[in-house]
Amino acid sequence: MIGPGYTYASVTDTISSIVLTRPSPLAWMLGIGVSFLLVLMLMLSIAYLLAVGVGIWGIQIPVAWGFAIVNFVWWIGIGHAGTLISAILLLLHQEWRTSINRFAEAMTLFAVACAALFPLLHLGRPWFFYWLFPYPNTMRIWPQFRSPLVWDVFAVSTYGTVSFLFWYMGLVPDLATLRDRARNWWAQKAYGVLALGWRGSAIHWKRYQIAYLLLAGLATPLVVSVHSVVSFDFTIGIIPGWHSTIFPPYFVAGAIFSGFAMVLTLAIPLRRIYHLEDFITARHLDNMAKVLLATGLIVSYGYFMETFMAWYSGNLYEMYAVMNRAFGPYAWVYWVVIGCNVLAPQSLWFSQVRSSPALLFPLALIVNVGMWLERFMIVVVSLHRDFMPSAWGFYTPTIWDWSTFVGTIGLFLALFFVFIRLLPVISIFELRELVPKPE
Amino acid sequence: MKRLPVYGLLAEFSGPDELKAAARRAYAEGYRRMDAYSPLPIEGLSEALGFHHTAVPLIVLAAGLAGCFGGFAMQYWISVVSYPLNVGGRPLNSWPAFIPVTFELTILLASLASLLGMLALSGLPMPYHPVFNVPRFAQATRDRFFLAIEATDPHFDRESTVRFLESLGPTTISVVEQ
Repeated sequence: MIGPGYTYASVTDTISSIVLTRPSPLAWMLGIGVSFLLVLMLMLSIAYLLAVGVGIWGIQIPVAWGFAIVNFVWWIGIGHAGTLISAILLLLHQEWRTSINRFAEAMTLFAVACAALFPLLHLGRPWFFYWLFPYPNTMRIWPQFRSPLVWDVFAVSTYGTVSFLFWYMGLVPDLATLRDRARNWWAQKAYGVLALGWRGSAIHWKRYQIAYLLLAGLATPLVVSVHSVVSFDFTIGIIPGWHSTIFPPYFVAGAIFSGFAMVLTLAIPLRRIYHLEDFITARHLDNMAKVLLATGLIVSYGYFMETFMAWYSGNLYEMYAVMNRAFGPYAWVYWVVIGCNVLAPQSLWFSQVRSSPALLFPLALIVNVGMWLERFMIVVVSLHRDFMPSAWGFYTPTIWDWSTFVGTIGLFLALFFVFIRLLPVISIFELRELVPKPE
Repeated sequence: MKRLPVYGLLAEFSGPDELKAAARRAYAEGYRRMDAYSPLPIEGLSEALGFHHTAVPLIVLAAGLAGCFGGFAMQYWISVVSYPLNVGGRPLNSWPAFIPVTFELTILLASLASLLGMLALSGLPMPYHPVFNVPRFAQATRDRFFLAIEATDPHFDRESTVRFLESLGPTTISVVEQ
């Protein structure tokens, strides 16, 4: 599972040194610099949006959802792989999750943060976002609980909270390690406060393990429910191309597919720059690639079933929606999606591809792009031509659509770089459990 | 409350199996007020100390049920009692539409209870604890294993307990100041 020759002390020292003693590599400096510039661009875009309104985006009837919802679904989907790794693989006793769960959970949190920005900005008056929650108010009105958009508020806020709890709980024993190993007074105090006084008592460990397992058991149905609820935002509507019962499972598989692509995108440079090849081994990459292949096949099945059901239903509008996807004005999106999400992952049948970081990394990027375009296809291509040709339209994103989207990529990466610098990227105490016992 | 001169004695061991064997011996010797500290969870160690049951699952269950019933009751009250909207004559108590939010609130409350319940039962956060006074205890979060016998234990006696701990073969024994 991990490289040979490690002891409790050496895994502790290796992982904690990234935070405590090793100087930041040049790649980190460059990375945080570039991503921080993108964060500034995001701030500018948001400020202009708040000043002028959503008219700065390309959204217009009939396509009122545009980039904001495409980006929301893409980001929240990416988050799903983190919870899958931390919760479901824990319950299934997949020990290889140990090396990747910490940063995958961090990825989940940051992806959810980016995702949550978009529906809020899309509200038009984001400063009234709290109207989404049921609280007694002087207007004497309440949210409409029959609406999937309200379900979404609860699903995403619960998901963000539970992801944070899971991540923080896993961090507590490692924060205690950092507290005891830090030499800098400020670091000792900061880690000391965050570690809550953890001292590794056997009785505390017992409660900790039970609570951690329960949390994993709770997060497992949660992660399935979140993207199902996101898919309800579409399926409850009657738009051709949205109103389909395959959406919940197909969205969940797509979420895990894109999330594993993002985990690979982050893990491959991370293990190289910080020399973590002994912990994130070739076997880990191979396993992640297999998950990518399996979920990619489920997604392909989803595409196939959508097309088949449109034909089998005999419904004029459903059939037109499929034809319009493949041969309409946005046909290039459809064919790029098929190329990225159906054809490209087939290379993962070959172990040479699965074992080569140099091939896996570009493939992961291709899947990231493909899954973003898939959401573009679902949101924009379905909306732009519905029932009445007189109501058809065309959607073109503006510069502000792009700057907000690219800005959130910067926010995601900037948060991730800060995380690498301040917290252990691999769970130290769980790695100790993988070390063979000293004789 | 009478302040005891020392908190207890802390014996250091090199591995998880040595610690577990020592905890078993100490329990058999009649010691009850003790604790073991390790950098990783050790299967069976808390049982060796005589700790068998924890209330964490019960707390989580109670919070989950509160979230489930409370969540549904909130939606029922809002949609049927406080703010009834007649949408094409459909029933006000349209319960299938209330399930997603009920489910999310169940998970939310149960999850909060699992972390907070675990911390509360363990008395955390606790920034100060006497064992931190022992300089070598900083290794308890790295690669060292400790058994503490507390001075409040009825069998505790400074000399005889030291002799007993020495018989367990520890690498060091320290006195823990209050």
